[in-house]
Amino acid sequence: MLHPDHRPLMAILVSLLAAGAILLSGKRPNWRETWSFLAAGIKFVLVLSLLPHVLAGQVVEAAYVELLPGLALHLRADLFGLIFALLASSLWLITTLYSVGYMRHGHYRHQTGYFACFAVCVSAALGIAFAANLITFFLFYEILTLATYPLVAHDRDADAIFGGRKYLAYTLSAGQLLLIAILGIYLIAPGVGFQPGGFLSGKASTGVIALLLVLSIAGVGVKAAIMPLHSWLPAAMVAPTPVSALLHAVAVVKAGTFGCVRIVHYVFGMDLLRSMHADVVLAIAASATILAASLRALGEQNLKRRLAYSTVSQLSYIVLGAAMGSSAALAGAMFHIVAHGFMKITLFFCAGAIYIQTHKVEIPDLAGLGRQMPITFGAFTVGALGLAGTPLCIGFVSKWNLGLGALQAGHPLFLGVLIVSGLLNFAYFFPIVYSAFFGNSEQPSPYREAPASLWVPLALTALISIVLGVYPNAGAGMYELAWQAATSILNNTTSQLAAGK
Amino acid sequence: MMSDILGHLNYWLATLLLLIGLHGMLIRPNLVKKLMAMNVMQVAVIMFFISLAVKTGGTAPIELHGDGHTTPHAAAYINPLPHALMLTAIVVGVSTTGVALALLIRIYRYYGTLEEPELLQRMQE
Amino acid sequence: MTAHAPVLIVVIPLAIAVLVPLVSLRSDQWARSLVLLALLGAMTCAAIALAQTLSTGPWHYHLGGWEPPWGIEYVLDPLSSGMALLISAVAILVAIYAGPHLSGWAASRSGLFSSLFLLLNTGLLGMVVTGDFFNLYVFLEISSLAAYALLASGTIQATVATFRYLIIGTIAATFYLLGVGYLYALTGTLNMADVAARLPAVADSSPFIVAVIFIAVGLSIKAALFPMHGWLPDAYAYAPPTVIGFISAVMAKVSVYALFRVLYFILRPAEIVEQTLTVLSWAAAIAILAGSLLAVAQRDIRRMLAYSSVGQMGYIMLGFALGTRAALIGALLHMLNHAIMKGCLFLAAGGVQWRTGSCNLDDFAGISRHMPLTMAAVVVAAISMIGLPPTAGFFSKWYLVTGAIQVHAWVFVAVLIGSSLLSAVYFFRVIEWAYLRAPECSATSAIRHQELPVQMLMPILLLATSILLLGLFNQTVISHVIQYALPQGGF
Repeated sequence: MLHPDHRPLMAILVSLLAAGAILLSGKRPNWRETWSFLAAGIKFVLVLSLLPHVLAGQVVEAAYVELLPGLALHLRADLFGLIFALLASSLWLITTLYSVGYMRHGHYRHQTGYFACFAVCVSAALGIAFAANLITFFLFYEILTLATYPLVAHDRDADAIFGGRKYLAYTLSAGQLLLIAILGIYLIAPGVGFQPGGFLSGKASTGVIALLLVLSIAGVGVKAAIMPLHSWLPAAMVAPTPVSALLHAVAVVKAGTFGCVRIVHYVFGMDLLRSMHADVVLAIAASATILAASLRALGEQNLKRRLAYSTVSQLSYIVLGAAMGSSAALAGAMFHIVAHGFMKITLFFCAGAIYIQTHKVEIPDLAGLGRQMPITFGAFTVGALGLAGTPLCIGFVSKWNLGLGALQAGHPLFLGVLIVSGLLNFAYFFPIVYSAFFGNSEQPSPYREAPASLWVPLALTALISIVLGVYPNAGAGMYELAWQAATSILNNTTSQLAAGK
Repeated sequence: MMSDILGHLNYWLATLLLLIGLHGMLIRPNLVKKLMAMNVMQVAVIMFFISLAVKTGGTAPIELHGDGHTTPHAAAYINPLPHALMLTAIVVGVSTTGVALALLIRIYRYYGTLEEPELLQRMQE
Repeated sequence: MTAHAPVLIVVIPLAIAVLVPLVSLRSDQWARSLVLLALLGAMTCAAIALAQTLSTGPWHYHLGGWEPPWGIEYVLDPLSSGMALLISAVAILVAIYAGPHLSGWAASRSGLFSSLFLLLNTGLLGMVVTGDFFNLYVFLEISSLAAYALLASGTIQATVATFRYLIIGTIAATFYLLGVGYLYALTGTLNMADVAARLPAVADSSPFIVAVIFIAVGLSIKAALFPMHGWLPDAYAYAPPTVIGFISAVMAKVSVYALFRVLYFILRPAEIVEQTLTVLSWAAAIAILAGSLLAVAQRDIRRMLAYSSVGQMGYIMLGFALGTRAALIGALLHMLNHAIMKGCLFLAAGGVQWRTGSCNLDDFAGISRHMPLTMAAVVVAAISMIGLPPTAGFFSKWYLVTGAIQVHAWVFVAVLIGSSLLSAVYFFRVIEWAYLRAPECSATSAIRHQELPVQMLMPILLLATSILLLGLFNQTVISHVIQYALPQGGF
């Protein structure tokens, strides 16, 4: 590493500084929001500036203070990390706009703490994206847990406090399991950072490695909402909708799945998993989650909770792709991080807009609203179609790749799982859309479209979903990034195989 | 066996005093009794140390002047070091007793009793 | 002057302790400045000693020019001078913090308080630097007596709790003295290095076993190791806020340090020491769990922190008892970290008590609105106590768990992790109440609920910042100081 590039660190620090500035401008709402926008803009530009270097194969990294013997606070923008970083930073920008409108129109209090915590959360998300070794990853992972807690418990009523406690109980326990796993990995392979294709093969006995794998997957599995570790996610829906949107559809849960992929492919490696048949076990667990969560979603009448279970289900697409390990599956999984992010955030934005305008949270009450809030429900439809895997939406791209990957890996069963899941998605979203546009509402309710600060973001994300569905490399070349990352992992895996390790 | 006991009578006595002191400090509910037991325990330790210093046929470790300048023959004197140590220990004991008595006076003035169970109960209120 | 640094560490606070009551009759301000100067002097000497020992090795200072083993010797190596530096640094912060408390008192009372505080420091610093067994006893009792007086100076409940502490503490010191007596009877010397040299001849005899047990039990009682921890919660819960920060941060640790010194550096080769260490490790594990569980049940914050301290002392003792290099680094690092974390927490709790009159969970309702900086420091310290990165507590926990894994002590690993989760329960409860509950709104409370004055706030914030810095830069501390403090030779 000849020329340390500090842009990853700067991208992380921008929002930390903004958080400080926000706390200091507590009494002036306009200043608060200015800091947020400014930081979000700078952050997105910084992250985007890394794109050409990373695509060209240059190394963008810098190591800072040594945290443990041989392991420093090491930040590196690699192909996979940049995907997550681009997603988090672009969506923060959009969510900030949405938050401003939501908080103001909903007359929420404690907005200073809200925006400040949000800034810290996004810092932590970028830290996770750019972490070059497990200890840096863990550091930001726990900061994310701590910074999201105040957001979950934002409303400060009994439900919120309970939701917050449940959230903490799950995530802190998982963090401790992850810690033991990281410690164990450090003891058998000291001083090694993330490497495509993994670095643990041959370092210890199979039993030890299996234990470490179980512990680490359990550790990230809570945030990745793999069943049965998922129940914090519906409970966390008590948070204000922008929180649910960004964090629980994008940042926190994506950090979990991001960690899952990192651990499977950059620490353990596909060969190791195959030798222990852990890939099949993990894929089955992911498939079970996909199907069970979709079925559970059918039974939910609360809109946000149904979206939560849909998230649980969709996240396991990523885990499934990682477990299958073929090139298309990996690329599909990585791209799905982006795809699901945009689609889900659109849906949550819509849910929030509906709540602000009508105070309705139950699905049956939404009948006929589509005619009064066409933009909102239009975007909702786009998101729903995308999640089901309809062509021309971004969701189709990742799903196609995942399906292809299932065939490549020789597990056609999982293709079946994906198809069934698509049908189930349709089953729990279509009724909402249909009754919104064609249903009869109980009373003639004079609701109007959501205010601009709310419908612009959701229209924007819906539009991006369509654009990226047609041209997946538009804007930030994320499809290319995903494929390059997948290829680099598999090249290293096969080369290890060839070298006889 | 008897010679064991008789020959080490000091140590047995010290042990007995130690146990009496511990019993008093831990079991007895009255605070003043605890304090007295503390003193008894300290005496036990002092006895123990002093007993270490004893030599058969040794005299007090004081050099007399005017007997000519003969070099003191160390073996003739009992070991003075434990005695010096115990002077310090006695001082420590006295200071601790003083502090404890000051505390007891304050407690008695406020609560009017020095029985531990009652004090603990009234403390909770 | 610097040639006498080792003895000056002890003499300066002692001499000033005598002067302070007289000076305070003349002027309160002078007395307090004098106290600060004395502690600064002690800290400077400790720093000089640390710098010197890191470069040239242990510094043996002969008191009065008498050669050991006939004279008393002070031995400074990186471990003891590091401890001395820590003690005096925390003392300075607490002395600054105590300013607003003392300014409300009569001059004579504050003078006596400062004098006792300096005597407490004398005792603790002496315990750390001395190389003589009996000298350790003397300093132990000096510090204990000063602590009794300081702890009892609060409410009447504090006096009762302190009396019970006095009784148990005297038992502890007496046991230690008995152990020393046995050692003296066996080896004929009181000098620590000399005893180590004469050890092989006596290591198998039963009086030696008795000696080790008495010393270990005595120092363990003072260190509040389970099951002899009963004095600590009461003593800490009722203590006046001025002293509890210092005592909680430092006192029990010095006893652990003394035990570590005696067992590892002096008596190590004997077999009884191995067995003692095994027993201590199990006692420590139980202490960790018991402390954490009991802390969860408390409503009074200081009592909660006191039980938490019992658990944390268990961490340190466990590290020492496990004995691997990683475990020892963890224990030493945790001594440093815990002093700072617990000091910060108790100072903050004391501040809340000073403002609101009591320290119950209910008093914390919504307090973050009125005391934002104090609570921010509490949050940082709490995160560190739970053991989450990037705070200092995470790294000492890392080393301790590593040490436990290295000896395949899986029970201890589970205990350490379980205790972290339990700490999360009771600390997040405080944070929840402070930030998420609505504060009481009445006229009187508005006056009471304000941020702390700068003199009290500055040490708290300084300690909180140190927690973050010690976390990020823990490798610097370890590689420059702690690794030189480890005992040489195999483990």
